[in-house]
Amino acid sequence: MIDLGLATLGFGPDEVAAIHLSLKVAIWATLAALPPGIAVALALARGRFWGRDLLNGVIHLPLILPPVVTGYGLLLLMGRQGLIGKPLSSLGIVFAFNWTGAALAAGVMGFPLMVRAIRLSIEAVDAKLEQAAGTLGAPPVWVFATVTLPLMLPGVLAGSVLAFAKALGEFGATITFVSNIPGRTQTLSGAIYAYTQSPGGDAGALRLVAVSVALSLAALLLSETLARSVSRRIGGLS
Amino acid sequence: MAGSPPPPPPSLDAPSLDMDVALRQGAFDLEAAVTAGPGLTVLFGQSGSGKSTLIDLVAGLRRPDRGRIAVGGVPLVDTASGLWLPPHRRRVGYVFQEARLLPHLTVRQNLLYGRWFARRHLTVEAPTLDSVADLLGIAPLLARRPAGLSGGEKARVALGRALLAAPRILLMDEPLAALDESRKAEILPYLERLRDQVGLPILYVTHAVAEVARLATTVVMLDQGRVRAVGAPSSLWSRPDLMDLTGGAEAGSLLDAVVGERTGDGLIPLDTPAGRILVPHLPTELAPGSRTRLRIPARDVLLSDRAPQGLSALNILPGVVSDVRLEEDGSRVVRLDCVGATVLARVTGTSAAALAIAPGRPLWAIVKAVALDPAT
Repeated sequence: MIDLGLATLGFGPDEVAAIHLSLKVAIWATLAALPPGIAVALALARGRFWGRDLLNGVIHLPLILPPVVTGYGLLLLMGRQGLIGKPLSSLGIVFAFNWTGAALAAGVMGFPLMVRAIRLSIEAVDAKLEQAAGTLGAPPVWVFATVTLPLMLPGVLAGSVLAFAKALGEFGATITFVSNIPGRTQTLSGAIYAYTQSPGGDAGALRLVAVSVALSLAALLLSETLARSVSRRIGGLS
Repeated sequence: MAGSPPPPPPSLDAPSLDMDVALRQGAFDLEAAVTAGPGLTVLFGQSGSGKSTLIDLVAGLRRPDRGRIAVGGVPLVDTASGLWLPPHRRRVGYVFQEARLLPHLTVRQNLLYGRWFARRHLTVEAPTLDSVADLLGIAPLLARRPAGLSGGEKARVALGRALLAAPRILLMDEPLAALDESRKAEILPYLERLRDQVGLPILYVTHAVAEVARLATTVVMLDQGRVRAVGAPSSLWSRPDLMDLTGGAEAGSLLDAVVGERTGDGLIPLDTPAGRILVPHLPTELAPGSRTRLRIPARDVLLSDRAPQGLSALNILPGVVSDVRLEEDGSRVVRLDCVGATVLARVTGTSAAALAIAPGRPLWAIVKAVALDPAT
């Protein structure tokens, strides 16, 4: 992890750890959610299969369930004694009470937002262009890589930023699944929450709130800039 | 695709296109056998006649219920043996009506898109980016993106892109329909050069008589999913039994012509089977000696029962009435046999009676020079 030089700005070691962890968790959550996010969005946008509506519903569950339910579900499934967590932990992959668990929780919570944005962008891709690429000799995989993917890039970007922002602020599912251990699973939100629960923590909470606002704004601005440059390329105004 | 057998080698004298297909889709019922030789074959018919469906079948964008399709002797589809090549393995160059350029790529990247997939089929004679850019006049556009191009430029890039993919046949689905008149005039010479210089068979869908007159080597006339007639444009447009397809407001005759030397008073003679016709100007690319085709709209032809004198019109063709057809609006379309060629004239019922027009009657057709438009 890059040292942001936060210690010199007067942040305490646990605060620095929380900020770093939040960024790390959000970045990993977004990157890990991206391939399955694109796959699921494609299936929902283009696929004609039995159970499509069911899949759509399941994907959207984290958006409508109380986060604590999602977190508890993760604990049951992915915890040390969980259905999937147990065989994984024997392989040395542990999610419970670990930063990877925080990333998993954040990724699951951001997943429906990401899928929605990507799905919309796939539906906006003109299938006639893909057809044209096919008549030029491009096999379906190539058509996807050279036509579909570049044209849906704005949606992939938008979806990633949404998922990143969601991951950065995730609280309920994370604290239920991996708790709030300073220096280990305590993210920015967890640290702010801890401050608000202790007397005299207001100054610390405000400091971290400012960081949180700055990070979210920076992510938003970055995505706007990227989206503009992408649509300029596709729109051909250059 | 893994597992599918390699296509058999093409036989040398196979027709450019040989198809015999049937497809039923709701109320639409297509059953057509089409063979096309070299040159430009026009699939002509009204909307719903099945002409676009036919080229979609050749390209693999649709599947026939039964039938077979072969291009240059290479089978693409044969429902009897279960053969069906996917579009990307057919090597057909499809020029769509809306160009369908890839918006995220430059013109150069669009042109070269099919190149990589065609790399095993590229021969020394295969057109290069430079030769195609020259042929179509798009060299100055290479660095631009499609969104910044005019309709005519897009159409030419789409044409070049299809050519560079080393196709065995070019399919064009009303490539000019979305363009205005001046853009059409801009593209037509390029299509002629393509037909005459590249030597690739072209299957061209249109319902515009002007494009038939200008481009067609052969015409396949489609009507409600069936082939009604096949032949040279001038012979099809002189057949009375096809008037329901070739007639209507656009009724007219097509005459093959050879361009002559410009005369002293600035007129250009065109020698047609019906006689010599003088026109004031021609498209610049038509040099003396070149062959062209004239379209004479029936509404621009007057009839006279004696050899006219003292008229400002230049072109007077003697002939014999072979057929008179009553149109829905009460006018008559008169078919005049002028030394083997057919000239159509539209007259009112009153005039038809006054001139006693009936089969066998000798008449003179008067064509105003300005009514001739080989270019459009």
